[in-house]
Amino acid sequence: MNTIRILKPGACTTVQDLGRPGFGPMGISPSGAADPVSLRIGNRLVGNPENAAALEMTLSGGHFLFSGTTAIAVTGADFSATLRGTRIPSYTSIAVDPGKVLEFGWTANVARCYLCVQGGIDVPEFLGSRSTHLLSGNGGYQGRELRKGDVLNVGPPPSNSRPRQLSGQGHANLVPRKVFRVTEGPQWSMFSESARRSFFGQTYRVSEVADRTGIRLDGQPLELSAGSDMLTEGVALGAIQIPRDGKPIILFVEQQTTGGYPKIANVIAADLFRVGQLRTGDEIHFESVSLETARSLLLRLEAYLSSPELIRE
Amino acid sequence: MQRETDSPDQLCIAPAQRGLRYTFAAMNVELLPNIRFQPASDQSLLVHFGQEISLETHREIVSFLKLLDANPLRGIVNLHPAYCSVLVRFDALHFTHAEIEQQLAPYLGRLHEFGEPKPRLREISVCYGGDHGADLAEVASLHAISVEEVIRIHCSAEYFVYFLGFVPGFAYLGGLPRELETPRLPSPRKKVPAGSVAIGGNQTGVYPISTPGGWRLIGQTPIKLFRPESEEKSFLAIGDRVRFLPISAQKFDELAAA
Repeated sequence: MNTIRILKPGACTTVQDLGRPGFGPMGISPSGAADPVSLRIGNRLVGNPENAAALEMTLSGGHFLFSGTTAIAVTGADFSATLRGTRIPSYTSIAVDPGKVLEFGWTANVARCYLCVQGGIDVPEFLGSRSTHLLSGNGGYQGRELRKGDVLNVGPPPSNSRPRQLSGQGHANLVPRKVFRVTEGPQWSMFSESARRSFFGQTYRVSEVADRTGIRLDGQPLELSAGSDMLTEGVALGAIQIPRDGKPIILFVEQQTTGGYPKIANVIAADLFRVGQLRTGDEIHFESVSLETARSLLLRLEAYLSSPELIRE
Repeated sequence: MQRETDSPDQLCIAPAQRGLRYTFAAMNVELLPNIRFQPASDQSLLVHFGQEISLETHREIVSFLKLLDANPLRGIVNLHPAYCSVLVRFDALHFTHAEIEQQLAPYLGRLHEFGEPKPRLREISVCYGGDHGADLAEVASLHAISVEEVIRIHCSAEYFVYFLGFVPGFAYLGGLPRELETPRLPSPRKKVPAGSVAIGGNQTGVYPISTPGGWRLIGQTPIKLFRPESEEKSFLAIGDRVRFLPISAQKFDELAAA
């Protein structure tokens, strides 16, 4: 069996697939790749099912030793990957020979880089998924970030493993955005006209508190109407809640499943993968769209991701 | 576009068989008058069962979950139950909010088919105050009562698990005595120790794992609440009755080491 030995882990490297939805009644959030679009494309490049488990690296990458012949694809953020000292391109399947070391550096643009390996990372499933739920210490590799010396098994390679790369137009859709489109949150009506104007009018800065559970934003605090302690209710992925200090928190893949802070807005499904690429210090703002627009943007993203022209051999 | 074809016909009961209370003309299915839908995001909606915490509303939510568990809908991806609502995450590629509402309507017309469940009693040992409950003194001073009085009141009540949420195995407990109701912290803590027993507004609960959290910490239990290796995954289940028992710091250490 092929293995990958972790020579250096990187800042926060975990095993992720597309997550485990369906356990909300037990308080378990789905987890999964913070940028599922990069994961899906990476898996397609090496001939894997889109849901195969891969390594998600955050801000800085690791050094990995491959035991056998395989193919890999690097997607998402540019971490200046080198294979035996030679720079390798992202969004292209690359053959790897036994004993070779793949090294990643620091982020050159956005937050998260994915290393997809032919056959996928083979860790035991937890509740039907191989994704790591860091918060509760479950799933993935021993429920935690990877450390030096860890050895990961790689699954059997898929039958069709010809070299592939992302088509030229593909990259244009993946450039980072500063504008995040949102729909109204369930407590939209609890916010005053001036709070809503402030929310859409200002530029927010991603704070130091930004991880897989949520992203806190720095900016002008929003005024909350009196009596903003509300009854706890289920919260959606990408919900933008406003705690009493008035500074928004975007709930993310390892989110709390329920919460009691009012939600002014919700990032649309088509923009969620970009939330996974936010870094501390990034400046963003929000733009309001209707549910209909959000849906057509999701359909467009999905059409793009599933188009045969996206990947060429 | 792909459409749902296997609608849950077995759940549709002809209006004549039931006391007609309310009819959505477009849906041709009766809903209870207290039920309201609200979009939460472009891929989820909230089903509101009422405005205030009550056992009746709670039973309706449990029935709704049971019905969906017995007859799953293909377009539904996840459910987040709470006191008076259930957040329904759906497959937004193939369904609109209106289509999901239409599919849920027959389930919402059958909520009173289940009998009353028999609750089990769970006891949770708690070491109050000190390092185990950083906000106990502040909670006491906010209510102008002694720390001992807070502990006495918190242990005197019997609580009820309305639902699990927030993080794996976290139980939202109803039954907090009025005199202990305390507003949440102005901004959530970045780390709350695992096992912390806390009060937030008129709610109380135990943090099963170390997480960010906005409730006020009054104590800590050595009991492991999230049990991923077990069948139930959690020490507490929806509908359980709960009592808190005060223990010393020494006893806490003994139980935590066991």
